[in-house]
Amino acid sequence: MAHALSRMALMTAVTLGTFTATNMAQASEAACEWTPERAVTFIVPWGTGGGTDANARRLASLLEQEMDVPFNVVNRTGGNGVVGHTALARARPDGYTIGAATIELSTMHHLGLTPLTWQDATPIALVDQNPASVVVKEDARWDSLEALLEEARENPGELTASGTAQGGIWHLALAGMLQAEGLPPDAIRWVPSQGASPAMQELMAGGVDVATPSLSEAQHLVEQDELKALAYMSDTPNSSLPDVPLTADVLDSGWTQSAFMTISGPGNLPEEMTCSYARAIEKITSSDAWAEFKASRGSEVVFEGPEQTAELFRETDQQLGEVINAIGLAR
Amino acid sequence: MELDTLFRLFSPQSLTLLVLCTLYGTLVGAMPGLTATMAVALLVPFTYFMDPLMAISAIVATTTTAIFAGDIPGALLRIPGTPASAAYVEDAYRLSSTGKSRSTLLVSLLAASIGGLVSVVLLALIAPQLARVAIGFSSYEVFWLATLGLSCAVMTSNASVIKSFASLFIGLFIASIGIDVAVGHPRFTFGWYELFDGVSFIPAIIGLFALSEILRAVSTGKHQPPPIEIRETLSRAFREAFATLARYRSNVARSSVAGTLIGALPGAGADIAAWICYAFSRRFSRHPDRYGKGHIEGIVDGGSANNAAIGGAWTPALVFGIPGDSVTAIAIGILLLNGLSPGPRIFTDNPEIVQTLYGAFALTNLLMIPIGIAVIVLSSKIVRIPRRVLMPIVLLFSLVGAYAITNSVVAVWIVLVLGILGYAMEATGFPLAPAILGIVLGGIVEENFMTSMIKSQGNLFAFFERPWAAALGALTLMVWIFLLGRALYEGYKRQRALSLNTPKREP
Repeated sequence: MAHALSRMALMTAVTLGTFTATNMAQASEAACEWTPERAVTFIVPWGTGGGTDANARRLASLLEQEMDVPFNVVNRTGGNGVVGHTALARARPDGYTIGAATIELSTMHHLGLTPLTWQDATPIALVDQNPASVVVKEDARWDSLEALLEEARENPGELTASGTAQGGIWHLALAGMLQAEGLPPDAIRWVPSQGASPAMQELMAGGVDVATPSLSEAQHLVEQDELKALAYMSDTPNSSLPDVPLTADVLDSGWTQSAFMTISGPGNLPEEMTCSYARAIEKITSSDAWAEFKASRGSEVVFEGPEQTAELFRETDQQLGEVINAIGLAR
Repeated sequence: MELDTLFRLFSPQSLTLLVLCTLYGTLVGAMPGLTATMAVALLVPFTYFMDPLMAISAIVATTTTAIFAGDIPGALLRIPGTPASAAYVEDAYRLSSTGKSRSTLLVSLLAASIGGLVSVVLLALIAPQLARVAIGFSSYEVFWLATLGLSCAVMTSNASVIKSFASLFIGLFIASIGIDVAVGHPRFTFGWYELFDGVSFIPAIIGLFALSEILRAVSTGKHQPPPIEIRETLSRAFREAFATLARYRSNVARSSVAGTLIGALPGAGADIAAWICYAFSRRFSRHPDRYGKGHIEGIVDGGSANNAAIGGAWTPALVFGIPGDSVTAIAIGILLLNGLSPGPRIFTDNPEIVQTLYGAFALTNLLMIPIGIAVIVLSSKIVRIPRRVLMPIVLLFSLVGAYAITNSVVAVWIVLVLGILGYAMEATGFPLAPAILGIVLGGIVEENFMTSMIKSQGNLFAFFERPWAAALGALTLMVWIFLLGRALYEGYKRQRALSLNTPKREP
C-alpha cells in the first residue's frame, strides 16, 4: 500500500482532489508531446490484489487508451518493496519503464533495508492518498481518541496496537502521533503484522487493543458495527464516513498522516517524457471512469504533478526519518 | 436458493466460464511449479472487467480444481502439484507403480468432490457461527494450529522420528531465510535483495521433489524404474474406486467436515488440513503400518480434506471481510471494487453473492468429475513416455514456472540448490515431506510466535490463557509426548538389535 505523513502545512499543499494549471508550470520548457511507440512496462512493487495493484492496473488500462500502446503491469514483489522499487529506479530511463512508487521509497532507507532513496527515481504524479485511522472494537471502553491517549499516558506500554510490519507506515503513523502529543512513541506497544487484514483479525480476536490501518481498509467493518473509528488522521472529513473525528481538529499537535502512491519513472527520466506522462495522468485522474473507480475503493481522487510529488517525497522522507529515529528503528 | 441466481449460474456464459476455469485449474494444478494462488493471480486482470459474481465463480472454479489436480503429478511422477498434495504423495505414487494409477486418481477425484460438496453444505448451514469462532483466533491459536500441522508431518513419516525431525528442521531453516517477519531484519540473505522475501515454496517443491527425482534417474543410469503401467480397465478402476470410498465412507465424512473447519481458521489452508487429516487418519486406522507404503486410506482422508478446506477458507472472508489467504484477498478486492462489502450483513444485504458463491462451489465440484475423469484417462498417455524424456520436459516447465513467480533468476538457483539437497536427503534416508511442510508453515509459526511474545511481553503462559489456545496447545503437546515416546522406543529397539547382533564378550 501507499502511505504518507504530512503535517497540516503539507496537507494543505497537497489538497485532496484539487489540481491547477500551476502543477504543470514546471513543464513550461518542455513541449510535453512525447508518446511511447511500443509497449511500456509498468512495475508494481507490491502483490496482486492489494490496493497499490488495483490502482496501478486501473491506471495502466486507462493509460493504454490514452497513449494507444499496451502497458504491461509486472508485479515485482519482495523485500518489503525493495525489489520492485529498485527495479523501477534502476531501469533504463527511455520512457518504456514506469511504475508505482509508494511512500515506502522514502522510509526504507531509514530502516536500513536499502541505500535506495526517492531521489534515485523520477516522480511523475501523485495518484492515491489514504489517511490512517485509529480503530478499536465496537465494545471497547474508549469513546474518543483523547480517552485512549489518556490511558496510554497513564499506563505507558500497557496497550497494544497493530496494522502493519515494524517500521511500516501505520506503525509510524501511530508512533508519530504519540510523539507529537508528547507521549513516548512506544506508549502504545506495536505488534507487527503482515498487513492491515491480519491486524484487523488480531483486533477482532482481542489480541490487540487498537489498529491504525487506513480508514478505507477498516471501512466495511466500521460500517457493519464491528469496529468503531476513533479518529481519521486527516484534516478533511472522509466522504464515506464523514462523522469520524479528524486528528487535525481533536489533537493539539494537529497531527495528520496518510499513505500515498505515485507514478514514477527511473532516475534521470528526461523532462519531456516526465511531463508527457504527467499530462496524460492528469487527464485520466480528472475522468469519470477514474472518479468512479476511486469511489468504489472509498478513497478520494488526488493528483499532483512532478514537482509537488517530489516535494511530498522530500518532506515525508525528512519527517518519517525523525519518527524512525525516535522509535529506535533507524539503521 | 433464489431462482434468479440459479438461472444466472446455469446461463450459457456462466457455464462456459465455469468449464473453462475448471480446465484452467486442472492444467495449473497438474503442472508442478504452478499453484492455485498463482492461477488466481493470473486471473486478476481479467476479473477487473468481469461481472463480480462471474469473477467470484471463476476464482472458485479455478482454486477448487487446482487442488485436486495437484494429486495427478503426485501419483504419476511423485511430484506433488501443490503443497496440499504432499501429505499422501508417497502412497499415491506407490499405488500407481503397482498399476493402479487410474483407481487411485479416481479415489482422489471423488473424495475431493465429496469434500467440496460437504463444505458447501456446512457453509450454507453454519457460515456465520463458524466465522465467529474463526475471528476469535489470535496469534496464540494460529501458532498452535500451525505447530500441530508441523508435528503431524513428523507423526505420519515412516522414517525414524529423529530423521523426520531433522528433515522438518531443514525445512524450518529454509523458511527462516529472508526478512524476519516480526522485526524486519534480513537473515541469511547475503545482501541479495531477491532473497529478502525468503524461499517461496514453489521452487522449493520443484527442487526437492522434481529435480532430486531427475538426479536420481541420472545417477541410476540404465537401471531406471520402468515406466508406470496401467493394469486396470476404466470400468474396473471405477468399481475399485467406488468400493474404496464405500469402505472408507466414515473417513470421507470425518475429513470433509474437519477440512472445512480447519480451512475456515486463519492461517490454516488446504495444506494444513490435508496433513492433520492424514495424520489422524493414520492414528485411528486399523492398519497404521501400511501408511506411506501405498495405502489408499490416507488418500481418501487427505484428498477430501484439502478440497473441503478451500470452501472453509471463504467463511472469514465472507462474514468479516478479513481474507484468510491471498486467494480470498483477491476475491474481496473484486467485491469491493464493485461496491459490495463483505461483512455480517452480506447475508441479508447481498444474498445473491452468497448464493452465487455456494452455487459455484457446488457446480464446480460436480463439473470437476467428468473433466477429472477425462484428464485421468489422458494422463495414461503421458506416463507411457519414457521417464528419461518426460522428466527433462517436466523440469523445463517447472523452471519456467519458478522463474515466473518472482520474475527473477534466483528462483532457478533455489530449485538447483534444493534439488541437490533433496537428492542427498533421499539417498541418506531422510524423508522429504516434513521439509516441505517446514518451508510452507515455518513463516506462519515464527510470525505468530513472535507476535504472541511481543503481545505478552515474554510470558510463555499466555499461550495457554485463552480457551482455544489452551485446547490446541494441549493437543499439540500430546502429539509431542507421543512422538518422544516413539523416538525413545526406536532408540531402545536399535540398542537391543545392536546388542543382540554383537556377540557378548565374556568378562
